[in-house]
Formats: sequence, C-alpha cells, structure tokens
Amino acid sequence: MRPKFGIVVLPGSNCDHDAYYAVKHSLKCDAEFLWHKDTNLKNSDVIILPGGFSYGDYLRVGAIAKFSPIMDSVLNFAEKGGIVLGICNGFQILLESGLLPGVMLKNNSLKFVCKDVYISVENKETIFTNNLNNHTPLKIPVAHGEGNYFADKETLNSLIENNQVVFRYSDSRGNIIESSNPNGSVYNIAGIINKRGNVLGMMPHPERACSNLLHREDGKLIFSSIINNFIKRS
Amino acid sequence: MFKVKVFIKRRTSILDPQGTAVEKGAKLLGLNNISGTRINKFIEFNINLSDEQEARKEIELYCSKLLANPIMEDYDYQIEKIK
Repeated sequence: MRPKFGIVVLPGSNCDHDAYYAVKHSLKCDAEFLWHKDTNLKNSDVIILPGGFSYGDYLRVGAIAKFSPIMDSVLNFAEKGGIVLGICNGFQILLESGLLPGVMLKNNSLKFVCKDVYISVENKETIFTNNLNNHTPLKIPVAHGEGNYFADKETLNSLIENNQVVFRYSDSRGNIIESSNPNGSVYNIAGIINKRGNVLGMMPHPERACSNLLHREDGKLIFSSIINNFIKRS
Repeated sequence: MFKVKVFIKRRTSILDPQGTAVEKGAKLLGLNNISGTRINKFIEFNINLSDEQEARKEIELYCSKLLANPIMEDYDYQIEKIK
C-alpha cells in the first residue's frame, strides 16, 4: 500500500504546492490539502507541515500556527504515532508546538539564505531515512531567515545520545565543518526527530529536490523512505 | 478594564544575532562604550475585566502560551486600571 499524504495549508504557507507536487507526481502517492480551519485529516497516513511564513512569521516563527484548528488534529495524530514531517516553517511550528525540543533563532549572518546545501545523514534507522544507506550526503536546498537551531546543553546531549539528530550540515563529502553550516545551528543541526521516531523536523526542503528537471532528486529518498514503511507493512 | 505592558526578554544564555549586529552599528557610530546590546520585546494590550486577579490569570496564560516562548524568553508585566 502507498500512503496518503495530507499537506497542511496555513495562511502564509508557500511550499504546500511543491510538497503536493512532489508526493503526488514524483512519488505517485495520493495527496490532499488540509485547510488550517478544518480539523479533519481526511484519512491521511502522513502529515506534511510545509514551508512558508505562516501568520507572517509574526511574534515568533511558527508561534501562532500552533493554535490553528488543524494543529489540534495533527498533535493528536502525532501522539497516536502518526507520521509527521515538518519542513522549514513546518519544523519551526513543530518546535513551537512542543512536538520537538529546542528553538529557532535568526540566522547568525542575519541574511535570508537560499541555496543548495549538503546534509549528512546521521541516523539511517528512522522511518524517514531507511532508504538512505548508500546516499550520503544529500544535496537539498535551504531557504530561510530563521534556521539557526538552538537547544541548551542538556537538550542537545539528550538529542545526541538518543540518536535524534538525523541530519547535519556538511560539505559535499559529508564532513561536518563550520563553513558548511548556513545559519549557525548548534552542532550543525539540519533536522531532528522526536524520541518516539514518528515526528521529523528539517530546515532543508526535500520537496524542492524531487525532479530531474530541476537536477535535484535527493529529496525523493526521504519521501521514498517514508513510503517504504507502508509497502513493508502491506 | 486594565492596560497591560508586557516586557519579553531573551535569556542571556541564548544568542542574539540582532543585538550583536546592532552593536556593530554602535561602533560605526563611534560609540565605543556600548556593550551587551539585546533586542527584546515590549507588547501592550487592554484587558476588559474588572477583577484584577482574574485579569492576571488571563495575562499569565497569554504570556506563557503565546507571547513568550518559555524555552528562550522570560517575561514580566505591568498592569494598570484604566476604567
């Protein structure tokens, strides 16, 4: 069975159609948009919180989105073990909602960074990365002004100990170095997962790297990893 | 009714790249005695309740659940009866 993806549309989401296109047309899965004022997840197997500037990024990035009616259903879905992928602003919302630990600060350069980066896959045993064994690092674009992930020492150590750091910014050979960090994130963190392993947040945009027309296809490996879990089950 | 002034401060353990950048501006302005610049938030609103205790309860909820992120910010507020 191939999973059905539900893509949350918040006021200010701007990567919702990219995510839809990626899972529907590149990955050949069923997909549906989920309006923020609704509470029905429409039998989705996987929820994507897409990138954008929900609620204008006012107050703090992701801070207002967590009160959208659809988010209650998403939180409930995640609590029951449902798969949730937060990309960029989606990651910021997961942090503000408390589904993932830590906070997001302005990039240390204070610039909006929009470019291809390489990310090393630190944990290949997750439901989001099981298809990545021979594919590291991944080349995936970032586009954000506030992607500077921060967590206090205790939280960071706990993330490392529990293998919750899934992606780290690296060079093209997979070396984790300061110059490959586009935003100042602590420990070069590009993506983390919750303890239970069903909620992943990442700043790079895998949905923008799913087409050979764009000469970028590494993002497909993340989505195909998710799909694998359902194919294995059926 | 009460007028409320909320002050939200980012903890000193959390980096403040904006504050650092602004302080570079201070140096360019020739102000070499400035240090520790931090960009914080000041928010005002009214609350339409007559009982102060009840008002404080709502203010606390507003501050802790939305206005401030307790992971990286501390808040304080002033409350003044206006009607």
